Amino acid sequence: MNFDFSLLTTELALFVLGLSTFVLGLVVPSASRRGLGSFAALGLLLVLGIAVINWSNQGVLLNGMYLVDGYANFFKVMFILSAILVILGSFRYIDQHVGHHFEYYSTVVFATLGMVVMASAGDFITLYLGMELMTISFIILVAFRFMDTKSLEAGMKYLLLAAMSSAVTLYGLSLVYGATGTIIIGEVAEAVARGGNSPLLVIGLTMLVAGLGFKVAAVPFHMWSPDVYEGAPTPVTSFLAVGSKAASFAILLRLFLGGLGDLHGQWAMLVAVLAALSMLVGNLVAIPQTNIKRMLAYSSIAQAGYILVGLVAATEAGVKGVMFYAFLYIFATVGAFTVVAAVYNKIKSDEIADYAGLVQRAPLAATVMLICLLSMAGIPPLAGFVGKFYLFQTVVQGYMWLVYLGLIMSMVSVYYYLRVVLVMFRDDPKDPSPIEFGSAANMTLIIAMVITLVLGIYPGPLAEVANTAAQTFFLR
Amino acid sequence: MVQFALNHAWLVPLLPALAFVIIVFLTRPWPRVSSTVSIAAIFSSFVLASSIAYGVFTNPGFIEKPLEYSLRWFGMEGFTVKVGVLLDPTSTMMLFMVSMVAALIQIYSTGYMEGDPQYSVFFSYLSLFAASMLGLVISSNLLQMFVMWELVGLCSFLLIGFYTFKISAREAAKKAFMTTRIGDFGMLLGLLFLQIIFGTLDLTELAQRVPAFEQFGISLGLLTLIAILVFIGPIGKSGQFPLHVWLPDAMEGPTPVSALIHAATMVVAGVYLVGRTLFLFAEVPGAMEVVAFIGAFTALFAATIALTQREIKRILAYSTVSQLGYMMLALGVGSLSAGMFHLWTHAFFKALMFLGAGSVLHALHNKADVWDMGGLIKKMPITGWTFVIGGLAIAGIPPFAGFWSKDEILAVTLQYATHGHSLGYVLFFMATFTAFLTAFYMWRMIFLTFFGKEKPENHPHESPRSMTFPLIVLAGFATLGGLIGTPWANYWSKWIHFGQPHHGEPSIGLMLLSVFLGVAGIGLAYIFYYKDEEKLRVKQLAERYQTLYKISFNKYYVDELYLWFTRTVVDAGAKVLYWFDIHVVDGIIDGMAGFTKVSGRGLRYLQTGKLQTYALVFFLAVLVITVVLAFGNPTSAGILGGGK
Repeated sequence: MNFDFSLLTTELALFVLGLSTFVLGLVVPSASRRGLGSFAALGLLLVLGIAVINWSNQGVLLNGMYLVDGYANFFKVMFILSAILVILGSFRYIDQHVGHHFEYYSTVVFATLGMVVMASAGDFITLYLGMELMTISFIILVAFRFMDTKSLEAGMKYLLLAAMSSAVTLYGLSLVYGATGTIIIGEVAEAVARGGNSPLLVIGLTMLVAGLGFKVAAVPFHMWSPDVYEGAPTPVTSFLAVGSKAASFAILLRLFLGGLGDLHGQWAMLVAVLAALSMLVGNLVAIPQTNIKRMLAYSSIAQAGYILVGLVAATEAGVKGVMFYAFLYIFATVGAFTVVAAVYNKIKSDEIADYAGLVQRAPLAATVMLICLLSMAGIPPLAGFVGKFYLFQTVVQGYMWLVYLGLIMSMVSVYYYLRVVLVMFRDDPKDPSPIEFGSAANMTLIIAMVITLVLGIYPGPLAEVANTAAQTFFLR
Repeated sequence: MVQFALNHAWLVPLLPALAFVIIVFLTRPWPRVSSTVSIAAIFSSFVLASSIAYGVFTNPGFIEKPLEYSLRWFGMEGFTVKVGVLLDPTSTMMLFMVSMVAALIQIYSTGYMEGDPQYSVFFSYLSLFAASMLGLVISSNLLQMFVMWELVGLCSFLLIGFYTFKISAREAAKKAFMTTRIGDFGMLLGLLFLQIIFGTLDLTELAQRVPAFEQFGISLGLLTLIAILVFIGPIGKSGQFPLHVWLPDAMEGPTPVSALIHAATMVVAGVYLVGRTLFLFAEVPGAMEVVAFIGAFTALFAATIALTQREIKRILAYSTVSQLGYMMLALGVGSLSAGMFHLWTHAFFKALMFLGAGSVLHALHNKADVWDMGGLIKKMPITGWTFVIGGLAIAGIPPFAGFWSKDEILAVTLQYATHGHSLGYVLFFMATFTAFLTAFYMWRMIFLTFFGKEKPENHPHESPRSMTFPLIVLAGFATLGGLIGTPWANYWSKWIHFGQPHHGEPSIGLMLLSVFLGVAGIGLAYIFYYKDEEKLRVKQLAERYQTLYKISFNKYYVDELYLWFTRTVVDAGAKVLYWFDIHVVDGIIDGMAGFTKVSGRGLRYLQTGKLQTYALVFFLAVLVITVVLAFGNPTSAGILGGGK
C-alpha cells in the first residue's frame, strides 16, 4: 500500500515537539526549565509554518481513515494558533502558581496533537484516538494545580464525566458501525444512502449528539463546564474553551455532514433544540455570575449554541459560518482569559468586582477585554458580528425562530458583557498600582485584539478560505 | 508614475488616513511634526491625483470606459459589498481639486492655527476629512460613498465644534449634524430601495440597470420617489432649501474649515452625488424638475439673505448656499458639465474668499462685522487684491473663472426653456436675477471691508507668508481656471458630460447680459457703499423698506419657524411618547428584564456542584432524546415497541 508520509508532516512535527519538550525538561537543570515555554511556543510557531506551507499538500491515507483536506488543514492551523496564544499567555501564571514547566508545556502540545488528529479523522477509531489523546491531556492539565483543592476537584469531575461521555460516544459509534457495517466515515455515508434510515442508526446518532454535545458543552450536556472552567488553571481553561471545543466541532461536522448527512431530517431538529437551549441557558445563567471565569464559561456555552446553528443549516454556508466563527471565537476567548490570568497573578481574585478601574491599572488589558467581550456579544465592526451574521444567515429559511432567539439572546448577552466593561472603565480601583503583564502575554493580547478587529472589518479573505474548505462535504 | 498612480488610486485617500492614525497615536504631543505629517500626506495625495489627472485627461478612452477596480469586502448569497475605485473624468477632476484645495488649506492652517493648544488635533481632523472626502470621490459604489459621506459629516461636526469652549460652536456643530442627518436618512432609504430593486449599488451596474427599470417591475412613480429620496441627502449636505439652515451656523468653526469643508469640498458632495447618479434622475423628469427648482430657488433665496448680513463669514456662507443652488439648477436641467464646471471654479474662488476672510479676521482679532472694517487693502494688499479677484470671479466678470461657468449655467437653463419646458423661463429669470444680486452683495462686502475710510481703532497687518501663499495660488486658479471651458474651446464639456456632449454655440447676447448683470451689481454697490461715504442712501432704503430688510436680515425666520415647530409639535409629541415609554415600554422591558434575571437565578440552582447530579442530568437527557426520537420516528417506533 502506498503510504505518503509527507501528508503527516504536521502531526509528526507536533509529536516530535511534544516529546522533545518533555525530554529536554528531564535533561536541563531545573533553573532553566521555565525557558521550555518559549521553546514550545517557538516550536509551535515552526509547526504552524509547516502546516501553512503544507496547506495544499492534501490527500487521503489508509483508504479514507485519515483525511488531509482543506477542512482539516483549516482546523489544524486554528488549533496550533490557539496553542501558541495560550502558551504565550501562560508563562507568568505557570511560573507563579504551578511550576512543573516541562510537563505542562509538553502536555499542551500533546493535547494539540490530539486535536489535529481529530480534525483529520476519517474513521471512528482515529476519531476516538484523537479525542482521547486530547481529553486525557486535558484531564491532566485541569488538575495541574494539584495543591489547589479547586483545581483538583475540577480535574476529578472532568475525569469522571469525560469518561462517561467517552463511553456514550463509543457506544454511539459502535451502533452506527452495527447499522452500516463500516467505520470509515465516507463509507458510512454510502451505506446510509443505500440502506436509508434504521432505528439503530437513530439511537447511535442520539448517543453521538450526547457525547459530542458534552465536549462542546451544549445544554443539557454542559453541566461540567462551569465547575471545570472555574477550577482549572486559567490558561488551561482558555485552551479548554477554545481548543477542545473547536476540535469537537470539527469532528461533529465531519461525522454529521460527512457521514450522516443524509439523515439530516432526523437530527436537524434535535441539534436546533440543543442550540436553542444552549443559547437560552448559557446567556441567562451568565447574568447572575460574579466570578468572571464562571461568567465566561456560561458565555462559552452560549457561543456553542450559536455555532450549532451552522450545523443545523447543513449547507456549505453553514459550515463556512461554523469555521469562521470558531476561528474568531478563539481569539476573543483567549484574549479575555489571558487578561483574567494576568489579573489573577496580581490580585489573586477572579471576582468581577475586583476588576474595578482596570483601565487605570492596565489600559491595554482593559481595552483588549472590551474588544473581546464586545466581539462575543456581536457588536459591529468586530469579528463576532460578522461571524454571527454568517451563522444565522444560513438558517433564515426554515429555522427563523432560531434566528430570532439568537438575536434576543445576543441582546441579553450584551448586558452581562457590558457589566464587566462598566466595572473596568467606570469604577475606581481600590488599589491603583499598575498591573504588569509581561511581554509574552501582551503579545497574545495584541494579536487577539488586532485579529478581532481585522476580521470584523475585512472578513473577506478568511471567509473565502473557509468557504473553499467547507466544500469538502458537498462535493459528492 | 502615471500608470502607477492610475493603478494605485486608492492610495490617494489612504495617505491622509494614515496621517490621521499617525497623528492620533504618535505625534500628538509635537504640533509641528503633526502638521508636517499631515501636509506631507496630503501633498503626496495631490501629486498622485495630478498624475491620475494627467493619465486620464491625456487618454480619451476614459470618457467612454472609466477605469474601475474593486475588492470584495464581504458578501452573502445574492448580495456582495465591494470597495472600489472608479476613475473617470468627473471623479478625476474632483480628486485633483479636493487634494489641491486641501493641501493649500492645510498650509494656510499652519499660520492660522499657530499657537492653538489643539493644533495637532486640528490637523488630525483635517487629515481624516481629506481621507474621507477623497474616498467619497473615488467610490465605485453608493454604499461605500455613503460610508464616506457619513465620515465627512462626522469630520464636519468635529471641526465646527472645534472650539469646544464656545457654546455657539457646540450648538452649531449639533445643528449641522442633526440637520444633515435628516437628509442622510432620506438618502439611506433611497439607497435601500435601489439595492432591493436593482440588486446592486455599484454605480456602473446601476447605470446599466436603471434605464431598464420597467424590467425590474417598478413604475415610474416609484422610481421618482426613489430619486427624490436620494436627493434628500444632497439637500442636507449641500445646504439646499429647506435644510440650508446649518451651513451659515457652521461658520463657528475655524476659518480654514469653513473654506475647506463648508465652501470648497464637503458641501459640494451633494452636487457630486447628484451628478454621479444623474442616470437615475434623467429617467424621471419629475425628479429633475424638483432638483432644478430647488436649486434655482435656493440660489435666489440665499442671495436675498446675503444682501443684509453683516458678518463677513455669514455673507460668504449664504453666497455658498446660493452658488450651490446654481450647481443643482444646472444638474436639474440635465447638464452635468455645467454643474461640475461651476463646482470646479466655485471651489477656487470661494476657498480664496474664505481664506481671505480668515486673513482679515486674523488681522482684526476676530472682529467679524463688515461695517466695522474699511480701507484694509492699504495694510493688507495681498489679502485685499486676491479677494478682489475672487469678487470679480463670483460676480461673473470675464475672463475670471466664475464668468465662464455661470454663463454656461445660464446657457443650459435657457436651452432647457427653449426646448419645451416652460418652467425653464422662470428658472432662467431666477438665475439671472441671482447673478445680479450676487455681484451686488459681494461687492457691498468688498467695498465695506477693503475700501473706504480706515477705522482708527483697527490695527491690521498682512498675514504671514504661509497664509498668503495659498491665497495667491487660489487667485491664479480663480483667474484662469475657467479658460478650459470657454464656449469657443470647450474642453470641459468634451470631458465631463452626461449623454451627448453639449455643443452650444457661443451666444454673445447671453454673455453680454451676464456681464451687464455683473457690472450693474458692482456698480450699484459702488454707488451705495463707496461713493456715498456716510452710507446715507442705504440707510434710508433700509428705513423705508423696514419689513423687507428685517425679513432678509432674519433669514426669512426659517430658524425661528423650525424652532417653533420643534417646541410645539415635536416636544408635544415627545411628551406623549415619553409617557408611553415610561409606562408601557419600560414596564414591558423591566418585566422582561426581571423575568430574565429571575430565570437566570432559578436555572443557576440546577448547578449544584455535585457530580451525581451532573451525571443524572446527562443520562436523563440522553433518555429523553431517545424516547422523543423513537416515538417521533415511524421506523424506530416499530422496533422499540413504541406506537403512534
